[in-house]
Amino acid sequence: MSTPTNESLDVFVKGLWRENPVFVMLLGMCPVLAVTNSVINALAMGLATLFVLVMSSALVSLLRNVIPKQVRIATYIVIIATFVTVVDYSIQAISLEVYLALGAFIQLIVVNCIILGRAEAFASKNGIGKSILDALGMGIGFTFALLCLGGVRELLGNGSLLDINILGPHFEPWSVMILPPGGFFVLGAWLLLFSWLKERSERRKTEKEASHVG
Amino acid sequence: MSKNVHLLELQTSPHLHKTSSVEHLMRQVIYALMPVCLFSVWQFGLSALALLLTCTIVCMATEHFFCYMAKKPSTLPDGSAIITGLLLALTLPPGFPLWIAALGAFIAIALGKALFGGIGFNVFNPALVGRAFLQASFTGSITTWTPAFSPNRFAEFVPSSLALPFCKPGAIDTWLASASVDGFSGATPLALQKFDHVSTSIGQLLLGTTAGSTGESCALILMAGGAYLIIRKIMDWRIPAAVLGSAFVVSGVFYLIDSSAYPSPFFILFPADSCSVPSSWPATWWVRP
Repeated sequence: MSTPTNESLDVFVKGLWRENPVFVMLLGMCPVLAVTNSVINALAMGLATLFVLVMSSALVSLLRNVIPKQVRIATYIVIIATFVTVVDYSIQAISLEVYLALGAFIQLIVVNCIILGRAEAFASKNGIGKSILDALGMGIGFTFALLCLGGVRELLGNGSLLDINILGPHFEPWSVMILPPGGFFVLGAWLLLFSWLKERSERRKTEKEASHVG
Repeated sequence: MSKNVHLLELQTSPHLHKTSSVEHLMRQVIYALMPVCLFSVWQFGLSALALLLTCTIVCMATEHFFCYMAKKPSTLPDGSAIITGLLLALTLPPGFPLWIAALGAFIAIALGKALFGGIGFNVFNPALVGRAFLQASFTGSITTWTPAFSPNRFAEFVPSSLALPFCKPGAIDTWLASASVDGFSGATPLALQKFDHVSTSIGQLLLGTTAGSTGESCALILMAGGAYLIIRKIMDWRIPAAVLGSAFVVSGVFYLIDSSAYPSPFFILFPADSCSVPSSWPATWWVRP
C-alpha cells in the first residue's frame, strides 16, 4: 500500500477478486444472466465490455477536469455510447453469428452499471494510468465471471465447451442449464461458492490473529 | 428438562391439547401414500420399486447432508424427506432413468427446501420443484411412458431405468414392442385423447390399468388416500374440492360448447398424465402454511 507500484497493483487486482463486479458487487446482472448460455457468447460479451470499460474510463479520466459537474452523467453516457457503437459494428464485422446471438445486449452495454459506476466512482477522480488499471481489473473480473457461468452452463447444457464436444456422444444434456432458469441456478451456485470461500478465509484470518495474541 | 413430578398442574387458559406434531402429520401422509406406492410397484414392477427407493434414499441423504452442513439437528426423523422422495417418484414415469431421478431428488431437497431454511420455510412443494427441474431439463425421458402390467415386470428392469449416470438412456422401442404384446398400450389417456381423440373409459381410469406416471394411474386408490387424510383432518377438504371442482366446471363449459372437440368433464376428473390432479392430491396438503 505504501509504495506507488503496490498501490497500482492493488487498484488492478481488486476488481479480479476482492471487489469482483459480479460475484461481490452483484453489478451488471442483466448480461450475466442473459448471454452466458455458451462460452463463446460469454467471452464476446466480456471482451466487448472490457473494451468499452477501458476506453471510456481513459477518456473520462482525461476529460475529468473539463466536464461540468452538473452534466457529468450525460457526458459519461455519451462517451460510453461512442465506444459501444464501435464495439457493436466491430462484432457485426467479425462474427455475424455471435452478433445475432448476443442481440440487444451489445447495445445495452451502454447502461451496464459497472461502466458508469467506474466512470463516476473512479475515473472521474483519478489519473489516466490508474483509471485504466482499475478498468482493466474490473473488466477482466467481469469477463472471468461471465466465463465461469458460461462454462458451467455450456458444459452441462450441451456437453461442450466452445462448441467442442467434451463429454462424449452419450452425455444427456441438462437442457435447463442453457435456458434462463439455468442462469439463475448457476449464478446462485457461484455466489454460494464465493461467499463460502470468503467467509472461510476471514475465519482463518481471525483465528490466526487470535492465536498470535494468545 | 426438570424431572419434577407435578402433583397438581396449574395453567392459565386455553386448556386445549393438540396432539398433532410434524412427525404425526408426516406419518399420516406416508400412510396415505403407501397404497399408491404398493399399487405402482404391482403395476410397473421392479423399475417402479427402484425408482421409489432411489428418490426416497437420495432425498433423505440430501436432507441429512444439509442439516449437517448447517450444523442443525438432523430433520430426518420427522419423515418429511421420505414424503418428498415418494411424491417425486410417484410423479415420474416408471421407466425413468434412476440417475436422473436421483438428481431430481437432490434438487428437490436442496433447491426446493434446504436453501429456503428447511422444513416449514419452503415456498413450494419440494417434490414438485424437483419435478419441474427434471421437466425442463430432460424432456425426452420424462415423456417416455412404459406400459402397465407388462408380463416380465418383476423379472427385469425397463432398460431406460438403468442408464449409466450422465448418459442418455438408450432407445427402448424394441423393448416396448416386446413388452406390450398383451394389448396394454404405452400411450397415456391424455395423449390418446389429444392425438387420437380416443377417450379412455372412466372405469379404466378409476382402476388404473392405463399407462402414466408411476403413481397416478389408479384414481380409486388416490382418492382413498385423500379421503384418509381428510378423515384424519390432516388435509382440508376444501383444497382438493376447489381444484377438482374448478377443473370440472371449466371443462364442462367447453364440453357443452363442442362435445366433439373437448373431452367430457368426468374424463378430466380422473386424468392420467403427469400434470394431473390426483397425483398431487396428497401433496396439496403440503401447500398449507
